Amino acid sequence: MGRRSAPEVNAGSMADIAFLLLIFFLVTTTIETDSGINRKLPPMEEIIDPPIIKERNIFTVVVNKNNQILVEEKLMEIRSLRSEAVAFLDNGGGLAEEACDYCQGSRDRSSSDNPDKAIISLKNDRETDYKVYISVQNELVAAYNELRNREFLRLYPQENMDYVQADRKYTDPRTDKKVKEKLREKLSVIKLMYPMKLSEAEPNKTS
Amino acid sequence: MSKFKKKGSGELPKISTASLPDIVFMLLFFFMVATVLRDNTLMIQNTLPAADQIQKLDKKDRVIYIYAGKPSARYQDKYGNQPRIQLNDKFATVSDVGAYVLAERASKREELQNVLTTALKVDGETKMGLISDIKQELRKVNALKINYTTRIGDYTQNN
Repeated sequence: MGRRSAPEVNAGSMADIAFLLLIFFLVTTTIETDSGINRKLPPMEEIIDPPIIKERNIFTVVVNKNNQILVEEKLMEIRSLRSEAVAFLDNGGGLAEEACDYCQGSRDRSSSDNPDKAIISLKNDRETDYKVYISVQNELVAAYNELRNREFLRLYPQENMDYVQADRKYTDPRTDKKVKEKLREKLSVIKLMYPMKLSEAEPNKTS
Repeated sequence: MSKFKKKGSGELPKISTASLPDIVFMLLFFFMVATVLRDNTLMIQNTLPAADQIQKLDKKDRVIYIYAGKPSARYQDKYGNQPRIQLNDKFATVSDVGAYVLAERASKREELQNVLTTALKVDGETKMGLISDIKQELRKVNALKINYTTRIGDYTQNN
């Protein structure tokens, strides 16, 4: 009689299978951390006596309401924006004490004197799409990072990483304090060489 | 009697339900892992634009979140389809941003109050007018550190 009824399936290993799956999902999932482009807004105080900046030291980028990009009043595709910005920042056209000895640009007298003087002015319209604005911001930050990477690799080849990697290591809370201290010095040297001077004008009302 | 019994044993044996709890646990674990915990239920569409020159955001307790975008489909008949700001779980107007940031700042520990970042999680389709207004409000309350939260990707994806 006993042989007729099917024997009970051993369920003892079920728990193992469940745990196996649990561990698999635990390992493969990464907890998402948000990331983005950091910016500092200018304080509210009115500047009473704005410094006079020479026209050649300003790189104007305008994004109009049709999401077109105008660089120095000329229409430009976004893919050439990065290299144009690099060329402008790295121009180093200044003479005497305004000269820039580490710049590798064309030293055009009609472009920026040195990276410290060079200002990128970004202006957008109220009707500009946010995603286009972010793309432009991204490309301008990329231009700075490109130059900073180059200088970091040139000055600190023993570090074996570029500026962006070094900055990431510096902001990582797991990095050792001593290492951080050393990195901060190097990072600030590079930041002084190519300070990020990105000015944003208040947007135009669409007329 | 034994004749009857023989007939009865010909029926299908009962299926063991001992493994049922395991299956349930397995499902539970799966959903636990696959779910992303969110502080806010989003009432807006929120497709972030892509960027690759990005920095990681600070720890969660040092961030104030501001969301903006078009209301999601089920809120559209009530709130229209113009981009709006969402603070916590409510739709808000530009003038509420300042008070919200100040309230959030006051609720944080004192040593963190000066290192707060405001993360703008804005849908890519939003017009810059709204974002400029938010930025003006943030300047008024002196919340100057901002982060345009993006997803990781090339700018060419923003089309």
